[in-house]
Amino acid sequence: MDTLSFEQAFEQLESAVEALQDGQMPLERALNYYEEGMKLAQHCNELLEKAQLRVQQLRITSEGIQVLEPFE
Amino acid sequence: MLFLDTASAFSVTQISRYLKELMETDEVLQDVWVRGEISGCKTFPSGHCYFTLKDAEAQLPCVFFKNARLRSSTPELRDGMAIVVNGRISLYERDGKMQLYVDTVELLGDGALFLRFEQLKARLAAEGLFDESRKRSLPSSPGVVGIVTSPEAAALRDMLRVLRSRFPLAQAILCPTLVQGSEAPAAIAHALDMLNEHGKAEVIIVGRGGGSIEDLWAFNEEVVARAIARSRIPVITGVGHETDFTIADLVADYRASTPTAAAAAAVPDINEWRSRLGVLEEELTVSIESYLADQREDLVRIQRDLQRLNPQYQLEQLQQRLDDTTALLQARMEHILSLRIERLKGLALRLHSLSPLLTIARGFAVVRRETDQALVTSTDQVHAGDSLVIQVTDGEIRAKVKQQDS
Repeated sequence: MDTLSFEQAFEQLESAVEALQDGQMPLERALNYYEEGMKLAQHCNELLEKAQLRVQQLRITSEGIQVLEPFE
Repeated sequence: MLFLDTASAFSVTQISRYLKELMETDEVLQDVWVRGEISGCKTFPSGHCYFTLKDAEAQLPCVFFKNARLRSSTPELRDGMAIVVNGRISLYERDGKMQLYVDTVELLGDGALFLRFEQLKARLAAEGLFDESRKRSLPSSPGVVGIVTSPEAAALRDMLRVLRSRFPLAQAILCPTLVQGSEAPAAIAHALDMLNEHGKAEVIIVGRGGGSIEDLWAFNEEVVARAIARSRIPVITGVGHETDFTIADLVADYRASTPTAAAAAAVPDINEWRSRLGVLEEELTVSIESYLADQREDLVRIQRDLQRLNPQYQLEQLQQRLDDTTALLQARMEHILSLRIERLKGLALRLHSLSPLLTIARGFAVVRRETDQALVTSTDQVHAGDSLVIQVTDGEIRAKVKQQDS
């Protein structure tokens, strides 16, 4: 769960809600969707809270391409 | 002094040829740029154009052949125009005239800039580089935003500020570059190519702050336009102020009027995501509750159905009916019985009222002959001396007939 990006988690949450709204499934699975959904929502909220624009700089080295971090 | 050795003197042709050789083997003269003013310009039906390029102290005859003119796509040349020409200098032996054979002509001054702009614009438009159909749609929620701009300028800080406040979920990758000066176009193009090669950016903002037309000129260069056109990643331009339109703006997938507007266009507002998330959370809760409610309803219905089918239940139902019927029956019977009793009572009363005993109680007596117990209702039935039995209420009286009177 922790590795999911906001967009990925959001998409999965949308699917879970859709599935639940559809309704045709055994109880176990419905509860699973709900639980998963709540976890995904929480993850999204956390990501929103902690979000800070991460700024990096692209620089070319002698052979390839590198990425650094300025203070901007 | 007399010159007597005529054999060793050069002919005109020879010396001309020599001069021509000299010129055509000189590096400088074979690819030279010369600036000056046009005078005596004349174009012949053949398509070739002859003019003199001059300045305050010298002149240089020029010839601009038809093929070179067509290739160069220069506008009409007129006397007085300040130009710079590129070509080679040689000797036209026939006339003994030194000439510059022109390959390209460029105008100098502001007019020149504008003309170049219009020409490039026309050319790129003809290639379809500005077509709406070429323009890609911007990603709705980019995770990585590429930025091409000067690292020191305020424009960068402004763009980062907007990105940070609007959509801090994103990541920005800066590819710093010059944004004005003669080396800027190549640098900007290179930055775009680098971001494309790196590949992580989902959208690229190319921006610089306001300035004069010369300051912004790099964004009118073909090199930059081509780099934007070949970028696989969508490009947003934000150059100068509201009213500045550069060729880069025309080629871009989206033109924003300023660098900050470009940053705003690149990313969505995070509040939109916040509210969408809120909606989803609510929908999640509502749908699980609805699901559970449906399940409960189903369960209740099934329980009810089961109950109805349950033999125990059916038995109890039947017993209940039996009891009800029994009670009903009992009630009816009691009713009928009481009716009968009433009738009986009624009849008994009538009987009683018709009873001879009552008659007897009123003083009448039942008289019988003792011998045969026959009822005496007439004087004929008795003679003097017969024994009679007289029945009164409380017993019998035996009597003898004295006489009968009829």
